[in-house]
This record gives sequence, C-alpha cells and structure tokens, in this order.
Amino acid sequence: MTEQTKTGTGTILIVEDEGNILEALSFILRRAGWDVRGHGKGESALEEVARVAPDMLVLDVMLPGRSGLEILRDLRADAATADLPVLMLTAKGQAKDREQALAMGADAFLTKPFSNSELLEIVERLSGVDDFRPAAGQGS
Amino acid sequence: MAEARRTDLTGSRIRERRLARGIKQGTLAETVGVSPSYLNLIEHNHRRIGGKLLLELARALKVEPSVLSEGAEAGVSEVLDAAARAQGGVAAETDRIDELAARFPGWTALIAAQEGRARDLEGQIEALRDRLGQDPALAEAMHEVLSSVAAIRSTADILVREADLDAAWRGRFHRNLHEEAERLSARATGLLAQFEAPGADAAAAAPEETVEAMFEAAGHHFPEIEAQGAGAIAMILARAAGLDEPRARAMAERRLRDYAADAARLPMAEFAPAAKAAAYDPAALVERAAGDVALVLRRLAHLPVESGAPDRGLAICDASGALIQRRRLPGFPIPRVAPGCPLWPLYRALTRPGQAEAAVLDMPRGPRFRAWAVAQPVGGAGFGAAPLMHATMLVMPLGADMPGAGLIEAGPGCQSCPRAACAARR
Repeated sequence: MTEQTKTGTGTILIVEDEGNILEALSFILRRAGWDVRGHGKGESALEEVARVAPDMLVLDVMLPGRSGLEILRDLRADAATADLPVLMLTAKGQAKDREQALAMGADAFLTKPFSNSELLEIVERLSGVDDFRPAAGQGS
Repeated sequence: MAEARRTDLTGSRIRERRLARGIKQGTLAETVGVSPSYLNLIEHNHRRIGGKLLLELARALKVEPSVLSEGAEAGVSEVLDAAARAQGGVAAETDRIDELAARFPGWTALIAAQEGRARDLEGQIEALRDRLGQDPALAEAMHEVLSSVAAIRSTADILVREADLDAAWRGRFHRNLHEEAERLSARATGLLAQFEAPGADAAAAAPEETVEAMFEAAGHHFPEIEAQGAGAIAMILARAAGLDEPRARAMAERRLRDYAADAARLPMAEFAPAAKAAAYDPAALVERAAGDVALVLRRLAHLPVESGAPDRGLAICDASGALIQRRRLPGFPIPRVAPGCPLWPLYRALTRPGQAEAAVLDMPRGPRFRAWAVAQPVGGAGFGAAPLMHATMLVMPLGADMPGAGLIEAGPGCQSCPRAACAARR
C-alpha cells in the first residue's frame, strides 16, 4: 500500500474537531484523488455543507456546538441534502450512536480507531453507489 | 437453610441460562419488561423474584420456572455444560458430565466455581459497557481517548506506508504524533479518574435505581401496606435487599409512606373491583377519590397483577419536567435520566394545572397507548407561596374496545426517537 489508487472524483467535506485526525484523513483522501475540505465546528457544519456542496460528507458524532447526529437529522430533512452520502465517525463502545445514526439515514460508519485502508474502502464504496453524482442536488 | 440458599441463587441461574443461550442482558430485560439495571440486580442475587416476572423469565429462557427458582439437581451439570459451550474450541466430553460429577465432585465444584467467576467478571464488563452508554461524562472521556488513538493510528499509518512523503510532511506528521501521544496520556489519566471516582463501582446503582428495582420486584403493589397500612413499611424495608445505602433507604421509605397514604384514601379492597367494573377507565373512578385524579392514576398503577388489569406504565415528573418516579411498561420506554417526549400529556398537564388530560399516543414502532395525565400541587400550601407541582401520567396499551380520539404522534423522547421531522424535537 505504498501507492494509493486514485479513485476520488469529487469533493469530500470532513467535519471533525480533532485537528490531527482531520489532517491525517485529509492527506489520505487527497492522495486518493479527492478534493478535501475540512471543518471543525458542529454549529456551523450545515452552512459549510451548503457552501462547499460536497459529494460526500465524513461526519464525526461528537462535535462541539452540535452533535453529528443532529446535523445528520437536519441534512436528511432537507431535500437538497437528503441523498448526500454520509460516513459517520463513531467511537468504539457507542453502539447506541450507531443505531441512532442508522435510523436517521447514515450511509456508513467507521469506528474509532480505524485504519486508513478501512476509510478508503468505505469512501470508495460510497462513491460507487449507482446513482452517485458529484454535487447532485446540493444547495449552495 | 439449604432451601433458602437454593432460592438465593435464582438470579445466578437466570444469568447462567441467559449466557448459555447467548442472549444479551438488555434484550432479555426488554423481553420481560424490566430495566437492564434491574435485571442486573436480579442476576447478581440482589433482588428476590417470583410470580409473574419469574414465569416470564422462564418463558423467555425456555426453561421450567422451578429450574430457575430451585436449581434442580441438574444445576452443576448445566454450569459445566455452559462452560464447555463457552469454550467452543475445547472438545469437552459433555455427554459424560454426570460421570465427572460423580467421580470427581471436588474438581467439578472447582470448574463450576471458576465458571461462575468468569460469568461474574463478564457481568462487570457488561455493567461497565452499560455505564459507557449511559454516562455522558464517561462517554465523552472515552471518545476523547479513542479520538487520540485514531489520530495516532492514521498518522503512524501514513508515516509507515507513504514512502514518498516529503520532508516537510514527514516532519509535520511526526510533530502531530508527538502532540497526540501527549494528549492521549492526559486523556487516559482523565478516563481512569472517572473509573476511580467514588461510586464508580460497576455494580453500584443510583438510589433511584435501587428504589425503582424494589418497586418493580413487588409489581408496584404491597399487600402488607394494603392490609396493615404504614405499620408494615419497616418490615418491607427490612426484607428488601440492597437498601443498605442510606439515601436509597430514605427514598424507599418516603415512597412507601406515599403509597400507604394513597392506600388509606382509596383502599384496594374496594378500589380494585370498582376499577374492574369501570374497565380501568380513570374518568369513571375520579368521583371515588373526591376528584383527586392523580390519586386515581397512582392507584390504578398499584393494582396487583392478579387483578387482571392491563399492563400499566406510570410517570411522575416535577415542575422542571424531571422524571421522579416511573413504572415501566413494555413497548413504552420511559427514560430514567433523559427527558421524555415533549408531546406526552404529562408535560402538557404541567401547563394547565388541575386540568385532566387524555390522549392516544401513537409510538414510532407501531403500538398505541392510552394516556391520562394531570398536574396537581403537592405538599402544604401557604399564603403567597407558589405550590409545588407534580404531573402524573398513567399509560396503558390501547385495547381494541378503547376509543382512539386525540391521537398524538409521540415517541420515547428525542434522544432515541426516529421521528426526524417532528416539530417538537430538541
């Protein structure tokens, strides 16, 4: 795995308040060909989604200001972001968060701590959804 | 004495059966309609059970009730059998357990004791896992530790696998690694402090949990108080296990005194037949309580199982909306710590003190419940002093013959409610 396969074709927004995780994930996904944007605040995440109009969202559950679950709920309630592929980052032992996120329409989960290859596999799978279109239906 | 010892271990047998069948504690608790913490107390023999709950547990575990309550002679065999199954990779001669027990009773007892210890330790792990899910401070501390681990893992992965990383990036990731390692050290220390805090014992329960467990064990009905009044309270407290903690004992005594006061005002001997004749409709019983709707709702919740009354749930909150008392009802989750659904008539009643509310609650997973609620002052009134208000809500499954007017699309509380578009969601 010294060479990353360049599979990314669009923009990924990572909402994660831990700077070092954000930097590592951004680096990995950029190497895989994605245009990566980062954001660290829960309370302004929805505005950032609207501004960036990403093709995929990586969303941490525990964020300052507003939880990832609340953000996911609002995204699904808005027609413009109802189909946006969302990968939730949850922590081991928080099965309830995962159940709740699933019920609210998350597309995938990654449980901290995870490996970079797991992240790339899931992102690739989500981007391979048949009806996946870059920036499809995004408000901006 | 031997008889007492056998029944004392009912909880252990329930636990062994459950683990042998691979059923999670939370799943079994939900099946029989008790809280996981209460089932945990039962399984560790801190609560004695019998009657309906024992029958339901036996049914859920597919075993005769006597095997749970008396242990049967096959007890050791079952423990050994469970031990063998728990170690799937070991080819134990399970068909020769009886022979083993007969030839080597000492070794058999040792294996059984070690199996019991393993189960106990598993129970503690499960209790800690439950704590992680329920204690926000602990969950946050755990999340912080795991976030640091995640950052270190991802960064180290990059440093090891990306051979063509330029010096600037390499230096940057090294700094991140160092910074995150220091952060992890501080966070891990903080997490350990959570576990070492007073009362952080996995098996420790809050006083509210202990008292609720006592009421659940009794089916929220105390025949001795019904017959003898408040004089029976001391005997009930002495009999109840797990009330050594002074706050739990004081809370239990206060709740039992309230129960005795209700029993004196609406004696069960007359109330039970009247409730049955009224098809358990509170509205038809209010006159018997001189218009005290909350008293009627509480007494309906006190009806004994053998009265034939439908399953009932009860929630009582103070003026802040904090739930201070509850009777659990299968299919209608009433959270202990988190707020309930803002659409419950319990909270609407708080805005209209004295006005009785009735509604049909349509729960997200399908079942409907009839709910009655009222907010009334409690304690003594004084000139110029605002009265203390408590709201009381009784909930019953909606029978086919009950009218369904006033339908409300409600839920268990926003934290676990799937109704994303609900206007009342926090």
